[in-house]
Amino acid sequence: MTTSPVADDASAEIPAFPQPRAAVCPFDPSPELRGLASWGPLTRVRSWNDSTPWAVTGHAEQRTLLSDPRLSADFSHPGFPSPVPHTGGERPSTDLSFVGMDDPEHARLRRMVSGAFTIKRVEAMRPVVQEMVDDFITRMLAGPKPADLVQALALPLPSLVISELLGVPYEDHEFFQTNSKVLVSAVATPEERAAAHTNLYGYLDQLVGEKLARPGDDLLSGLAQQITAGELTRREAAAMGVLLLLGGHETTANMITMGTLLLLQHPEQLARVREADDPKVIVSAVEELLRYLSVVHLGRRRTALEDIEIAGRTIRAGEGVILLGELANRDPAVFPDPDRLDIGRDARHHQAFGVGTHHCLGQPLARMELQVVYPTLFRRVPTLRMAADVADIPFKYDAVIYGVYELPVTW
Amino acid sequence: MKITVDEERCCGAGQCVLIAPEAFDQREEDGIVVLLDAEPAEGHHTAVREAASVCPATAIQLSESPD
Ligand code: HEM
Ligand code: HEM
Ligand code: SF4
Repeated sequence: MTTSPVADDASAEIPAFPQPRAAVCPFDPSPELRGLASWGPLTRVRSWNDSTPWAVTGHAEQRTLLSDPRLSADFSHPGFPSPVPHTGGERPSTDLSFVGMDDPEHARLRRMVSGAFTIKRVEAMRPVVQEMVDDFITRMLAGPKPADLVQALALPLPSLVISELLGVPYEDHEFFQTNSKVLVSAVATPEERAAAHTNLYGYLDQLVGEKLARPGDDLLSGLAQQITAGELTRREAAAMGVLLLLGGHETTANMITMGTLLLLQHPEQLARVREADDPKVIVSAVEELLRYLSVVHLGRRRTALEDIEIAGRTIRAGEGVILLGELANRDPAVFPDPDRLDIGRDARHHQAFGVGTHHCLGQPLARMELQVVYPTLFRRVPTLRMAADVADIPFKYDAVIYGVYELPVTW
Repeated sequence: MKITVDEERCCGAGQCVLIAPEAFDQREEDGIVVLLDAEPAEGHHTAVREAASVCPATAIQLSESPD
């Protein structure tokens, strides 16, 4: 083990990041990515722009680092890792509100909305979500076969849930889904993404204006109240609205499609989900699917503000750090036989929602939606099956959020 | 066992409330942890240890008495 800068910079030896996911198994991190773990719990990687940020592969090291305030989430920082060419410093960090800020600014804004995501508040929404899921499935069953599960259920459900919570008219969903698709697209140009963001920001700003005039009983009206009280600027409110509206779309949608696809490939475990009387079985299955799939892939990204000693190495102030949650979630020290899907295992220590101060704000809601979706889908549609070969399903290897573009199913 | 919680670190994830509701609750306005019982009965210790290790913000600290 060495911390000498010479060894750190021995360029020829530094593996590239990211590498394409292998065709071997679309559910597993690529062998090349996993190979990073053999370099130790943290190692340098080479990005497309020849920068060499640290990649952290170990579960324990990621938990320690993501809880460390010396790592900054401000993505306008020059050292912030930019793993794919279309990511860049072209956006100011306020664009996505508190996700790109550090405490105490981050906490000031986040705590204005976190009250909407307590366990009690989310539990109170469960019957409403159950009804929504039932409606989407009823409509799918009444429509033509095969159906695309992405369009029939996976995307509209989180979209409708978050719209109701925020007080965004769901009639506008085509507008915000189209723009959010451009925002996560791996192929959109920076200009296209800037335009999509401007559209969404303008839309939310107008809605906040309406809530200022006619407040209702929703989260955006709560933010409008904070503006009136002088606690929040209108700009901050609109940016927060964009983050909340987008944050739960692709993430939850891809968990629904990928989880369904994965369970269809494990019929015995699918049967346990379908037949479970005990809600604990479902809770545990959802945690295991979150662990196994790790749909927010390519890593949490941060910049070191000071030198940080960890695992015998020194991360220098100003250096970028990529924390690979999908590898933490396959760390054999925490999850024995990590590549086996086992909905009965205790998977609660997974890092699919991140760790630390930026831990997913929407996770109680996402968990509840998933706990409703899987058993309802398999009970209502017991003969559900794929209408295409898995080999022909287009996987989003290159997108920020991992998943499928469409999932043709029949019954 | 003695529990301390760090409200600054807490991200309001509510995992503690799900795992050990006897010891933890959440503030209504922002979801930040409320310690209901800093010295829970023996029977709750396993759940409290689990909550501390699952807490995504490492906001729960335990000091175990030596006996
Ligand atoms: C779970 C909620 C999300 C969080 C916390 C989050 C956070 C972030 C962060 C920190 C960045 C880094 C900025 C950069 O590298 O320039 C980023 C980039 C980006 N995010 Fe998200 N994001 C979330 C969800 C989404 C969703 C749902 C979309 C799309 C609908 C999206 C689209 C993008 C895009 C397109 C970029 C820039 C591309 C890139 O730089 O990789 N994000 N996001
Ligand atoms: C299964 C679905 C979801 C997954 C896997 C997921 C994953 C994540 C991850 C990994 C982060 C951490 C980003 C980082 O550390 O840089 C995050 C943050 C965030 N997520 Fe989610 N998310 C999901 C659903 C949602 C939903 C439904 C919402 C809607 C409200 C949401 C809103 C957010 C927000 C606002 C943040 C930023 C938190 C902060 O910076 O303090 N997410 N999410
Ligand atoms: S689990 Fe941790 S972060 Fe979540 S509410 Fe409890 S103390 Fe706070």
